[in-house]
Amino acid sequence: MTNAAVLPTNSLGIVHADDAQLQVSGLNVFYGESHILRDVDLTVPGGKMVCLIGRNGVGKTTLLKTVMGLLRQRSGRVTFEGQEISALPPHRRAKAHIGYVPQGREIIPQLTVRENLLLGYEALPGGMGRHRHVDPFVYELFPVLESFLERRGGDLSGGQQQQLAIARALLGKPRLLLLDEPTEGIQPSVVLDIERAVRQITATGISVLLVEQHLHFVRQADWYYAMQKGGVVASGPTSELSKAVVDRFLSV
Amino acid sequence: MTSLLDTLFNGLAIGSVLMLAALGLAVVFGLMGVINMAHGELMMLGAYTTYVVQNLLKTGPLQALFPAYILIAIPLAFLVSGLAGLVLEKTVIRRLYGRPLETLLATWGVSLILQQLVRSVSTAFFIGLVLALVLGLGLPRFLPAAWLRQRWSPLLKLGSWLLAGGLGIALAALAGQTRQLRLPWFSARNIEVTAPQWLRGSIEVAGVTMPTGRLFIIALTALSLIAVHWFLQKSVWGIRIRAVTQNRSMSSCLGIPTDKVDALSFLVGSGLAGVAGVAVTLLGSVGPNMGGNYIVDCFMVVVLGGVGKLLGTVVAALGIGILSYVLGSGSLLLLWPQMPAALNSLITFFATTSMAKVLVFMLIVAFLQFRPAGLFPQKGRMVEA
Ligand SMILES: Nc1ncnc2c1ncn2[C@@H]1O[C@H](COP(=O)(O)OP(=O)(O)O)[C@@H](O)[C@H]1O
Ligand SMILES: [Mg+2]
Repeated sequence: MTNAAVLPTNSLGIVHADDAQLQVSGLNVFYGESHILRDVDLTVPGGKMVCLIGRNGVGKTTLLKTVMGLLRQRSGRVTFEGQEISALPPHRRAKAHIGYVPQGREIIPQLTVRENLLLGYEALPGGMGRHRHVDPFVYELFPVLESFLERRGGDLSGGQQQQLAIARALLGKPRLLLLDEPTEGIQPSVVLDIERAVRQITATGISVLLVEQHLHFVRQADWYYAMQKGGVVASGPTSELSKAVVDRFLSV
Repeated sequence: MTSLLDTLFNGLAIGSVLMLAALGLAVVFGLMGVINMAHGELMMLGAYTTYVVQNLLKTGPLQALFPAYILIAIPLAFLVSGLAGLVLEKTVIRRLYGRPLETLLATWGVSLILQQLVRSVSTAFFIGLVLALVLGLGLPRFLPAAWLRQRWSPLLKLGSWLLAGGLGIALAALAGQTRQLRLPWFSARNIEVTAPQWLRGSIEVAGVTMPTGRLFIIALTALSLIAVHWFLQKSVWGIRIRAVTQNRSMSSCLGIPTDKVDALSFLVGSGLAGVAGVAVTLLGSVGPNMGGNYIVDCFMVVVLGGVGKLLGTVVAALGIGILSYVLGSGSLLLLWPQMPAALNSLITFFATTSMAKVLVFMLIVAFLQFRPAGLFPQKGRMVEA
């Protein structure tokens, strides 16, 4: 275990920081009767990038879905910016400025790229009704989107859909961005685009909780958590991410 | 030639009614996947609204508006049926999303309740019903919030509904002492809606006599279709509705209040049923049981067209309408008098309205064996979801 001392730790071993933007404590989540997450504790400090690693099927997606409110915890709590959000439905969490880029991207297939982007504004007061034009900063981040505005989201390639999903989440002005395997199954050139975009996002002060398999992308994060069989088994600053840990927890 | 145009026009008129009736169901069943067996009764509410508007304007201070009563009835019917649908969604359907069999049974029960409601409603009945609803929905607000989170709070809620119902019945019985208040508004008999003068004539174009009533229905259908298309494709709520039907959980993660979207879709779909009810009053008599005449046809149209596709609903409704008319009126015999005797007798056999319906339904069932997703199957991931 590398529970190193960058963040203050209380006697229970739960990382507890006053600047914690997202705090997950004692989380237990089930699918039916199968116990998926076991007593998970995790903290994302404000403005930092935290990476979650672990082999397939250990529960990383499940954790992100629970943070977003798609799954209900059986016990434990999720706190965001000092407010407990454990009982809120996903749309209230989105309006509390948590942005979500799910695994598989979840673009609305029959809607145009423009409509998909406008949906990002639904997290803001007034939603699409008040924000009728896509803020051009997303085209600077992902130029390819501008040329495909009238295409249907489902017709884009995987990499383009991923860029669309990130842009859509950013339009809702999130203060915390949940990114679930944004480079999974995407051609290498686009992977670099996405990494660059995420660097720019963190530079603007948005906190990021990232699930990732590419090691050099993982190394961009400030802090890592490693999961195994539904529990967090190691964590520490990514600068101390040793080869042994990488071999154990990254599936590549 | 004229007889061909004649046939086409009449088929178009029948198809229009069908389309108007199915349009609301295309939203409720096609987009939201809710099997609403009470759709026909929501149409009936629209027809009864027309009847009430007609009677209110027949005499009295607003008599000058009487020729236009049907135009006034359209938005009112939309509102009445839409609100009834909204109440239905909030009380029953919301609890049954994702459970089609339960939804089917529950809405069938609701359709029976609505039928009986229009038969028995009187002023006394209405007062009691309003009291029971207000008490039943309002009582929990006056209870301490902590009481509603206990293990026994369902019992408490049941108790408050029983109390509200009891008080409502008592008040209705009390008010029923007066004969005036006890008289049913409509009774179980069919009601008579007379079309205004300008919808009773006909115009002749290219040798085809077109009754203005039918032209009016065609125009109303076309307008409704354009309005629905605009609402779904262009309006902000339309984009929200389409997003939720295609990916509910992601829509929620983006900040769309999915429960509001469900309620609104249901309101719009039910309101359209009300508009269809207005159109039906122009075709014949209207009674508490009229919903049953339309519900099967409506589902046929939506399923044949392809669930979730407005264009499919349009084509299927026109197709079924024209085919039923052509078969039912025996027009084929007029168009082709020298056909072989065997074919002739076969067509004569099906040349009644009900036999034509049997044949059309058999054809639809056969068609769906080969193309289960309908005429315009939905492409993409949504089908799997
Ligand atoms: N919808 C589901 N129903 C039942 N079990 C599921 C479902 N989704 C995921 N699981 C199980 O939960 C575990 C964790 O899955 P997941 O969170 O997707 O893992 P990861 O994202 O780390 O690869 C896996 O064992 C998976 O089989
Ligand atoms: Mg995953």
